[in-house]
Amino acid sequence: MLAYIIRRLLYVIPVVFGVALVTFILFNVVGWNSAALMLGKNATAGEIAALQEKLGLAGPLHQQFFFYLKQIVTLDFGRSFATNQKISTLILDGVIPSLTLTVPIFVIDLVVAIGIALVAAYKRNTLLDRSIVVLAVVGMSVSSLVYILAGQYILAYRLGWFPIWGFESAKYLLLPVIIGVVSGLGSGVRFYRTVMLDEMYQDYVRTAFAKGNGEATVLFRHVLKNAMIPIITSVVLSIPFLYTGSLLLENFFGIPGLGYLSVEAINSADFPVIKAVVFVGSVMYVFASVLTDICYALVDPRIKLR
Amino acid sequence: MNAPAQSLWQTAWRQLRRNRLAMICLGIIVFYAAIALFAEGTYWYHRLAEKPAPYKQVDFENRFAAPSARHPLGTDSLGRDVLLQVIQGTRIAFEVGIITSIIAIPIAIILGAMAGYFGKRVDDLIVWLYTVFDSIPGLLFILAVALVVGKGLLGVCLGIGLTTWVGLCRLIRGEYIKHRDRQYVLAARALGVGDAAIIFRHILPNILHLVIISFSLRFPGAILTEVVLSYLGVGVQGEPSWGILISDAKLRLWQGHWYELGGATAAMFFIVLAFNLFGDALRDALDPKLRTAEAKTA
Repeated sequence: MLAYIIRRLLYVIPVVFGVALVTFILFNVVGWNSAALMLGKNATAGEIAALQEKLGLAGPLHQQFFFYLKQIVTLDFGRSFATNQKISTLILDGVIPSLTLTVPIFVIDLVVAIGIALVAAYKRNTLLDRSIVVLAVVGMSVSSLVYILAGQYILAYRLGWFPIWGFESAKYLLLPVIIGVVSGLGSGVRFYRTVMLDEMYQDYVRTAFAKGNGEATVLFRHVLKNAMIPIITSVVLSIPFLYTGSLLLENFFGIPGLGYLSVEAINSADFPVIKAVVFVGSVMYVFASVLTDICYALVDPRIKLR
Repeated sequence: MNAPAQSLWQTAWRQLRRNRLAMICLGIIVFYAAIALFAEGTYWYHRLAEKPAPYKQVDFENRFAAPSARHPLGTDSLGRDVLLQVIQGTRIAFEVGIITSIIAIPIAIILGAMAGYFGKRVDDLIVWLYTVFDSIPGLLFILAVALVVGKGLLGVCLGIGLTTWVGLCRLIRGEYIKHRDRQYVLAARALGVGDAAIIFRHILPNILHLVIISFSLRFPGAILTEVVLSYLGVGVQGEPSWGILISDAKLRLWQGHWYELGGATAAMFFIVLAFNLFGDALRDALDPKLRTAEAKTA
């Protein structure tokens, strides 16, 4: 078991290295002239060269890559081009507002979606189940942009139930959280329903029924427990995305999190910030997936420790 | 007592035809495809003839006109007809859906097939590569690619195409691992058939249904992502995509002009819904065992 955990942790190194390589190719090789893009049309060759030097975009590629690796190891990604603040500070400042938005969305979404999925699985192949499935697909087919626009316009502007914009108290988070939950519900319900129904046709479920257990007992005691494995995967793997926040929600409601930071950086072509956010987000994901694998091995003895 | 042999495709088609909802969805998809082709025609006709296209015709007298017989969906802030712009948006949505598939699907097939078929070092390398790509947060990755390549249709397509091949690749790798030791493959190898021919001529036709299912499920995702990218300003420039219509409508909504938002949303909703439902039906018909729900991109 310990050997498995160590092996799994060691695999983080090549993956993080790969992420560094991919982001390097993206921003330094494909985006070699990003310094010129950042400075605009009227920049002189000297200004561009100076900025390239500062961003580590000058010199031969291996030297640039070394510069980037040094940034990663020291966790110092330089300064934002637009605001001249330290990028590591910007990222740290953005984490808390992002989490205050995404964690409630995530938890409520999870509970509601699993609840509805259980109802659908319980009443499977009835009118109720089919209506739930159709509604879930309908919900998935509406752009998240539309949920936000309609919610903000109708609930906040027209009806005045919520503040429209800002990040001052818990009241300001209410509407973005509701919109976030509603827009994610469709795909969640559909996914968990599929997971539950996959379990419904397993042998152990038939055995449980044959022993004389009622539908509800089988569903909650047997099916839900076994369905936990795919549920854990999707839960743990979405944790890193909590930290990157929601680009659109934060932008629309003025929540100063990492999503807001990213959108600002995109609008002002602030390449160093985007590069840092992408890299840090990826590293979080890598560690979350290691955590998932370890949870698996702990929870499910069937998983072979290769 | 011999029933005529039926191929997988024939059986699947028969099952699909009996599914009324799937056939309605297919009808909607064909209808949209026809509109997209028509829009493609008007776009190129006006571009080659160097004439201003009708959907770009500015009419200041008629700004923010309400829906009428002349402008069924009203006009926008420059007096341009919204319906014509929604029709052009269909063209862009289909372009994005198709071009991103042309980029992502071959990458997924070639890498997945090589990893599964050859195993060992090749497999390690490709699994490492897709683990890396999978680790980078989706929307941010797409935005970064689109930004680095340059704003516009090419950036959007490369961004979506280069980042969304991982799921299909993983699936195909698994299938090749299952197939590589089957008897028909061993027989082909014993007859001296080369690796490339085994991969593409012998095994690939057996898993092609996965590619088709994946295509029909990724199409709506690409459309939804394009809308978000256009809203964030890295999307198509100078042409009316649905995302740009929605983004423009954002400012006008507060003044009570909802036509752009309504038109683009409705147009987008029906095609995405049709693709989602049809993709599900197709999956049930072609591969009842495959039930993994794919996550939404945006």
